[in-house]
Amino acid sequence: MNTSLPYVSMLTFQHLYLSVVGTLIGAAIGFALAVWARRRPRLANALIGIAEVIQTIPGIALLAFLLLAFGLGNGTLVVGLALYAILPVMQNTYEGLEGVDPVYMGIGKGMGMTRGQIFRQVELPLAFPVILTGLRVALVTSIGVATIGVFVGADGLGLLIYRGLQLIDTQVILAGAIPAGLLAILIEVILTLLERRLSRAASAR
Amino acid sequence: MNVLADFWNNYGGQIMDALGPHLFLTFVSLALGIIVAVPLGIFLTRNPRLASPIIAVVSIFQTIPSLVFFALILPFLGIGTQPALVVLFVYSLLPILRNTYIGVRSIDPALIDASRGQGMTSWEILYMVELPLSAPLIVAGIRLAAIYLVSWATIAALIGAGGLGDLIFSGIDNYDTNLLLAGAVPTALLALLIGFLLGMVRRLVTPRGLKVGVAR
Repeated sequence: MNTSLPYVSMLTFQHLYLSVVGTLIGAAIGFALAVWARRRPRLANALIGIAEVIQTIPGIALLAFLLLAFGLGNGTLVVGLALYAILPVMQNTYEGLEGVDPVYMGIGKGMGMTRGQIFRQVELPLAFPVILTGLRVALVTSIGVATIGVFVGADGLGLLIYRGLQLIDTQVILAGAIPAGLLAILIEVILTLLERRLSRAASAR
Repeated sequence: MNVLADFWNNYGGQIMDALGPHLFLTFVSLALGIIVAVPLGIFLTRNPRLASPIIAVVSIFQTIPSLVFFALILPFLGIGTQPALVVLFVYSLLPILRNTYIGVRSIDPALIDASRGQGMTSWEILYMVELPLSAPLIVAGIRLAAIYLVSWATIAALIGAGGLGDLIFSGIDNYDTNLLLAGAVPTALLALLIGFLLGMVRRLVTPRGLKVGVAR
């Protein structure tokens, strides 16, 4: 089994790429749903309830169902990652937008801003740190779920971990497990620091 | 219904055999997690200076993907049920620890002062005021941990701990759709059922005075 640096780097890149693509698709859906459900608490609760059911289904079980629908390959994994990313982004976008003090919207209106301008220039920037938290949770979850993507024929670091477990070869296991673990930790730490900086900037304004 | 009955005749035995180890892994690690994390969470509220580094370290542990965790522990602890329990136990800590800590910390200090003014000891304050008020959040943490554990216990099949994951993985390896479903459907239902039941427990332990106006 190949554990050379170029090969491991390529798998790490694939891993990150698949996770980011899946997360962004799910985040776009979650964001759109949250904006749609804004100021309609009943609709929002129903949507969050459905997304929570999806979230509760264990990763390998969800991927197994998707395998039957979409077959082997990276596409199946990306669909699964997108499904998992919907809830954290939708919930945080909804709560972030609801949490904006209506006084700011009133000020915007008083200054003659249109509804679209208020949404883009007032509400979104104020809700952004909360939305980013949802995005971080979604991306870190994706990195984790992507490791089991190997079982539905997807690329990424899960390939090395699974081969290593089959061969009981510690070197192969570690060549996959260490970069995958570091990737999750790094993304968690970097995005957490970014969030802190943003919310400090927001409160200083 | 005939299809379902046939399916059960063919796979019911296997499902029931796999369910035993799965429930064992889930509940033993959950029980250990509760026994360690709830007292530790309360201890941290008494020592806020220790709290943030400990919560930070445990949070980082939690971001490590489950498959990676199982793989990393294999060279040290080998395969089987015991190493799986170690991983699942460590994983169950964070949601419970974090929610216990936040739950107890977020109680209005005026309530604690009022209890002290009535002559309650700090022990009485803990179990008559702080624990009942934070119970909904603590149970929410336990619920989250339980749902995660059902999921991670599936992966534990890869290090020879058995459970429903065995059916899923051999279903995938042998392109056996029925076997795959025999593993995946009960796993998903188990997670949903445990989430639902513990959601009810959370409502039961919510003190009457808190039921109005508390969303979670």
